[in-house]
Amino acid sequence: MTDLTALTLAEARDALAAKQLSSLELTQAYLSAMERGRQLNAFIVETPEQALAMAQASDARIAKDEAGPIEGLPIGVKDLYATKGVHTQACSHILHHFKPTYESTVTSQLWRDGAVMLGKLNMDEFAMGSSNETSYYGPVASPWLPPNWSVEKARAALRSDKRGLLVPGGSSGGSASAVAARLCLAATASDTGGSIRQPAAFTGACGIKPTYGRCSRYGMVAFASSLDQAGPIARTMRDAAIMLRSMAGYDPKDSTCYDAPVPDYEAAIGRSIKGLKIGVPKEYRLDGMNAEIEKLWGQGVEWLRAAGARIVDISLPNTRHALPAYYIVAPAEASSNLARYDGVRYGLREPGKDITDLYEKTRAAGFGEEVRRRVMIGTYVLSAGYYDAYYVRAQKIRTLIKRDFEIAFADGVDAILTPATPSAAFGIGEKGSADPVEMYLNDVFTVTVNMAGLPGLVTPAGRSAEGLPLGLQLIGRPFDEETLFALGEVIEQSAGRTVLPQAWWG
Amino acid sequence: MSVDQATVRRIAHLARIAVTDEEVPHLQGEINAILSFVEALGAVDVEGVEPMTSVIPMKLPMRADVVTDGEIGRLVLANAPLTEDDFFLVPKIIE
Repeated sequence: MTDLTALTLAEARDALAAKQLSSLELTQAYLSAMERGRQLNAFIVETPEQALAMAQASDARIAKDEAGPIEGLPIGVKDLYATKGVHTQACSHILHHFKPTYESTVTSQLWRDGAVMLGKLNMDEFAMGSSNETSYYGPVASPWLPPNWSVEKARAALRSDKRGLLVPGGSSGGSASAVAARLCLAATASDTGGSIRQPAAFTGACGIKPTYGRCSRYGMVAFASSLDQAGPIARTMRDAAIMLRSMAGYDPKDSTCYDAPVPDYEAAIGRSIKGLKIGVPKEYRLDGMNAEIEKLWGQGVEWLRAAGARIVDISLPNTRHALPAYYIVAPAEASSNLARYDGVRYGLREPGKDITDLYEKTRAAGFGEEVRRRVMIGTYVLSAGYYDAYYVRAQKIRTLIKRDFEIAFADGVDAILTPATPSAAFGIGEKGSADPVEMYLNDVFTVTVNMAGLPGLVTPAGRSAEGLPLGLQLIGRPFDEETLFALGEVIEQSAGRTVLPQAWWG
Repeated sequence: MSVDQATVRRIAHLARIAVTDEEVPHLQGEINAILSFVEALGAVDVEGVEPMTSVIPMKLPMRADVVTDGEIGRLVLANAPLTEDDFFLVPKIIE
């Protein structure tokens, strides 16, 4: 039997439409793949009965020629999306046993369009992390073998504590690992400081964080409300475009959601980029920058130039303030959003002698270390006497960061090309234990985009000397995701589509 | 700017997260590492700059002041750790 999981989302869609394949067969192939790949720990909840029921319903609709745009296609859902009646905990112990009585808008749109739910995907707790190592359910292994590791060594590590295996990135580590390991056709993910783009870059997948307000945040467990945004991780640019079209759209239940029609993003795939002006920002060239990353960036410039784009050097002078400002704004908003986890109405409750004791014990028992760290930083920077010096100042710097981009766009720049990550994927257990800031530096190229509310796309572009995936990032004008897809497709075609790793894990 | 142990305990109380005496010095170190990372922002010239209040330029939308939801008490209580009739149960608040 041919490996059905080798088909991309677009190929599977076309095969289903041509009745060469049923959703039931495809879903069963993915359920088997998930079972073989269980030790990667990408899925924390599998929903096989629901998946098979949805697949059968999809097959019935296809038979009646009533197929939706993504009918019968099996996908994974990041654990912070509310899925009615199904475990939704943002991989935190404090949401112990939480099963929402409602569905998030993004996932309800995916089901409306016919997708099949395979299960919930692992993530850093409350989306706080860049390696999926802060999850209550344990780390996720990337399907990419660490350099010079034998399959036997990797399998042994997978069965024990996973140390040394590669991180898939974070916070959407489960989403990226599952997509790259072909355990699902595509996955929903979310991005607050890089949580779609960095894992996509680490695993050779495609990811897009659309413009703030493009997708509804209703039913997404909130981390930082002015930075969070939903988006897909997929194997190709076309697949990501197809997913985003179903995920995006106005929702009156999210007051920060933008009311404008959703274009057919797939139509932008293959669109000419002749004459587009691409900015290359000098401030993204960091001191001591990894030479491979710098070379890949230059290669990306050449590919776009060869396809007819004009390349210009630009300056985004406030770039270096973005990461520190983010580590004030995001924890501050998180401390407010996570105040609701108090043991009263849902989730974990630790007994206490009075209400304050109940709150304090529940939150101490329920939050992991990274979450506790960020809630406390956030509480401090919002507290009396510090609010102006920290939070207000950081929000002013945000205005400056956004203004840098607005000036570039006003000058006729259509998109900006930058590296995605400062390095290829590192090993589980390798970073962050001594100094929390070491892990934060992973976000250096991605946080500016959330701070400015702009769309950011990552596409695989090459490999490190050790054979690990490296990606490039494209930053666009507000609500111009189409230009990003057109440019991303050029890079994908020029670089050649990523050859995903063959299963060594089961 | 750095925090002392008394401040760490005060922040923990504001955040309603219990911390043990053993944990305080470690937390103090972590918080100070982050504070020193963000310290450089103090030198940025933000004279005359407005703080960002809306990520994309839009006015907060309004809707008609009518009841559109309700009668879902059962659903609201569905995930509660402890309930009685239509109430969440908690330890005594007022002496």
